[in-house]
Amino acid sequence: MRGALVILRKDLRIEWRTRESLASVFVLGVLLLVVFTVAHDPEPDAAPALAPAVLWATFVFTGLLGIQRGFLLERENDCLAGLLSSPVDPAAIYVGKVAANVALLAVTQAILVPLTGLFLHVDLWPVLPGLAIVLLLGNVGFAALSTLFAAIAVRTRAREVMLPLLLLPLLVPLLIGTVSATRGVLAGGLAAGGDAVTVLLAFDVVFAVAGWLLFAYVVRD
Amino acid sequence: MALLNEPPVRADGLVRTFGGVPVLAGVDLTVEPGEVVALLGPNGAGKSTLLRILALLLRPTSGRLAMFGVDAATAAPELRRRIGYVGHESLCYADLTAAENLDFYAQLFGIEDASARVAELIAWAGLEHAARRPVRVFSRGMTQRLALARAMLHTPDLLLLDEPFSGLDPDAVAALEQRLLDLRLAGHSILLSTHDLDRVATIATRVAILHRGRVAWAQEGGAPAMVVAAAYQTVIGRRA
Repeated sequence: MRGALVILRKDLRIEWRTRESLASVFVLGVLLLVVFTVAHDPEPDAAPALAPAVLWATFVFTGLLGIQRGFLLERENDCLAGLLSSPVDPAAIYVGKVAANVALLAVTQAILVPLTGLFLHVDLWPVLPGLAIVLLLGNVGFAALSTLFAAIAVRTRAREVMLPLLLLPLLVPLLIGTVSATRGVLAGGLAAGGDAVTVLLAFDVVFAVAGWLLFAYVVRD
Repeated sequence: MALLNEPPVRADGLVRTFGGVPVLAGVDLTVEPGEVVALLGPNGAGKSTLLRILALLLRPTSGRLAMFGVDAATAAPELRRRIGYVGHESLCYADLTAAENLDFYAQLFGIEDASARVAELIAWAGLEHAARRPVRVFSRGMTQRLALARAMLHTPDLLLLDEPFSGLDPDAVAALEQRLLDLRLAGHSILLSTHDLDRVATIATRVAILHRGRVAWAQEGGAPAMVVAAAYQTVIGRRA
């Protein structure tokens, strides 16, 4: 796992220095929040019910952008070959990239979640611990699956199109789980979203294990 | 692990296809310890593909590859510690500095006292003045020296260099040539692909010409440039 930590630190250092992913993801996230809110134009009483769907639809699109950029980093100057020519297990490379993506998603959410609360009149403070758990579970599942598919898409010619085409259908169960869990948490805390949280947990385990096992075959020709 | 005297490379009938199209059509090649083998061949001959297979970045479609006496398919992680690879690209992160790149790879290779080794290689590559600059602003020559330093971090027994002289000005070529001669004298085995016959004559102890995915010509012992040039013209049908 030392290799994974080294890769995580490297990705965070580059992101901290350039802030390329964060800046583009943040701007896209705010724009999506505004568009979704304006498109629904909800009454103040009905607005909180929209929050889970708006929140996760925004996260999916911003996450796609961020994770794709994370792998383009490895493509520039053929850096992925540098990683693969080292004695580090490809599974450790996968774990490092997933951890970096989870960190990026968490920072994005730390900004976008309060904005969602503001736009849709939701008091998030009382449910924050439960919401944080759902966000973390959603992030891990999203990063586990999308990191694997970003590694596939980055090698294709139409990579910007390929990633959403490959990934979005597979994300549907996660999206259903996260929206349902978030709705439950907003309605009555973590206990109210219990079943959906269990589904999320199962999703995370399945895709993290699949990514761990398959990554070596995906990145090597 | 392998015996010290085992050849760094022993390839038997290596085949690699992409989408059914053969790029390597049965390469037989051996690199002995301490040898510097120059791989010549026109564009598309399969030089880069062969080097990427030897760097364990690509799997051969068929054929046998033993490195340091060990089957490459079964002992890849340990073999990677004995191989250094310089490709067409630098394999370095453009937004990290030269020192940060070397430090990153030193940690991946688990090198003890990484900071001392990084400082040593920065000096070896003549990049002291640029060690704290991001690689993005490096010239081609500086990038190539950094790429070579990166490949040398773990003191590999075998260096694989894919057209290391391409895009360099004459001064940079001379500097790189001197560094490769130093490595040869230090006993490293080197396999490099190049189009530059003058460099071959200076550096290589042996030459192989790759054509249409096969080793079409190979000479034991130091081959004078004229002999190599004549062989190249005979095999390829035009001058190098």
